[in-house]
Amino acid sequence: MGMTLTEKILARASGKARVYAGENVWVRVDILMTYDVCGPGTIGVFKREFGKSAKVWDPKKIVITPDHYIFTTDALCNRNVDTLREFAREQGLPYFYDIIDDPRGHWKYDASRGPLVRQHGSHYVGVCHTALPLKGHTRPGEVLLGTDSHTCTAGAFGEFATGIGNTDAGFVMGTGKILLKVPETMLFWFEGALQPGVMGKDVILHVIGEIGFDGATYRAMEFRGPGASAMNMDDRMTIANMAIEAGGKNGIFEADQKTFDYVNERVAANGTKKEYEAVTPDADASYVYNKKFDLSKLEPTVACHPDPGQRKLARELGHVALDRAYIGSCTGGKTSDFIAFARVVKGRQVKIDTFGVPATTQVVQDLRAVKLGDKSVWQILVDAGVRMTENAGCAACLGGPEDTFGRVNTPMKCISATNRNFPGRMGNRESQVLLASPATVAASALTGKVTDPREFWS
Amino acid sequence: MSKIIRGKVYVVRDNIDTDQIIPAQYLSLLPNVPEEYEKLGSHAMAGLPDSSYPERFIKPGAMDAEYPIIIGGRNFGCGSSREHAPVALGAANCEAVVAEGFARIFFRNCVATGEIYPIESTQRLCEIFKTGDEAELDLDKNEMVAVETGQRYALKPLGDARAVIDAGGLFAYAKKTGMIAAG
Repeated sequence: MGMTLTEKILARASGKARVYAGENVWVRVDILMTYDVCGPGTIGVFKREFGKSAKVWDPKKIVITPDHYIFTTDALCNRNVDTLREFAREQGLPYFYDIIDDPRGHWKYDASRGPLVRQHGSHYVGVCHTALPLKGHTRPGEVLLGTDSHTCTAGAFGEFATGIGNTDAGFVMGTGKILLKVPETMLFWFEGALQPGVMGKDVILHVIGEIGFDGATYRAMEFRGPGASAMNMDDRMTIANMAIEAGGKNGIFEADQKTFDYVNERVAANGTKKEYEAVTPDADASYVYNKKFDLSKLEPTVACHPDPGQRKLARELGHVALDRAYIGSCTGGKTSDFIAFARVVKGRQVKIDTFGVPATTQVVQDLRAVKLGDKSVWQILVDAGVRMTENAGCAACLGGPEDTFGRVNTPMKCISATNRNFPGRMGNRESQVLLASPATVAASALTGKVTDPREFWS
Repeated sequence: MSKIIRGKVYVVRDNIDTDQIIPAQYLSLLPNVPEEYEKLGSHAMAGLPDSSYPERFIKPGAMDAEYPIIIGGRNFGCGSSREHAPVALGAANCEAVVAEGFARIFFRNCVATGEIYPIESTQRLCEIFKTGDEAELDLDKNEMVAVETGQRYALKPLGDARAVIDAGGLFAYAKKTGMIAAG
């Protein structure tokens, strides 16, 4: 019997000829990512257990991306970024994407300049899961761990990627290894092409609705088939990103020429490790679930309050009035997400408060450079009434401190291109979040009600 | 080592995610700094909507919960990987969560930190118990007793995870058993 993509990667990383689902194996880690919310705690565990003067197992395998609580006056949040900087300097970590340029400086957000104007230095990148591929830290066949549940995003590049807690991450920091249970694999076989106005986000919301919010708990979600091969890397990232919203341990696509081109270009541009060895699944691999999905039949999909499994079609929800729209995050803040948004709102005006937060500083640049007709994507959104910030980051996707840009501070209803909608996710605990694609969020922003983007798609 | 946890239960439903266990605005508190650890405890379960949970897990002004046991439904601890979630519950003097099922990272973080026993029930106990009921949880017999009625409910064994939590978490266990050198 053969192995799935996940089994093959874990077998190689544990030095075994083969592994079986359910087996616990010690796995060699290729990249450990952390950031401002969980990094200081991880560093605390590492120092407590390995000693105050201990060195990390491999400085080149640790990536630190401040991104969660950056643009806030909260003193503890500002301190946490300083803790990361001090650690990066002390350990000589080459891949610390600091908010400021001075390695001995202190970070302090200046609220008087307002939330829209750039306040970061030249090394800052933005949201960790979009920063990792951009900066050349994702490679097929590798094992990537991060102190964030959406670390599964990197599965888009044909690697094993999953989220862990501070204690496990502290252990990895000192040893480069982790004990993992090999998950059973579920196979999602995609056929057909998406209709115009339907996006990767709709695919994963459909899949989660199909299997339920805990339908993939402890399991790997393997996405394959001609429909998966036809997808661009951004759509693959959106889909892998939300594997956790079905409880999945990881989501994974098979690496192909698109993956190799994307990865090779970015490792070369950043001077990161070039070598990697992709894996392919065996034809006789064993799956606990195996289902075909015809992508051409999918329609714009929404996950209603209070969890990502509450699937409805956008066109069925025209009666639902909204107070706010939000586009951003690792899930919905990529360049292609904003382009889809712009195609819907171009030449029109939003009716409700609408916030735009690019995932990375590169996205900010792209949106200024890419034009639809005579205007940049950035300008199209600003002209439509969207409050666009230059300060890329996680922002209000997970609420955060009260002064976070776009945070939902009252019991309102918000439609969002983000990933999670449990009660209180974006701030106020009586508020409601509806998850949708950037195109659906855009169309809904125009009408103030949940709206199928195909009504406006150009 | 025998282990019996006795006291009032706090009952929640399905899908209690980490934002409800410890809302994101408190994540700037560091679990490894003692006074911030205590503060995390005072915010445990603060994200539960008042409309569904008028009886609060932590009473206003209190630092700890009066409930050593939480009873949940399906998928307890889903959402983010924040270790602050089991830490906040432990810091609030909660000792165990008994639920129909747990999200993977939360379960793993409970074991790694040794803060909370995450125990799976064999029945939907959140329909049987009410917040404030007295219960006795026996980790050796793998059962929970409703003190008022004397009714016994079977639990699934924790297996190898039990010894790790008993020891106080991953590192304490590894040192105790000689897997890594005691520092």
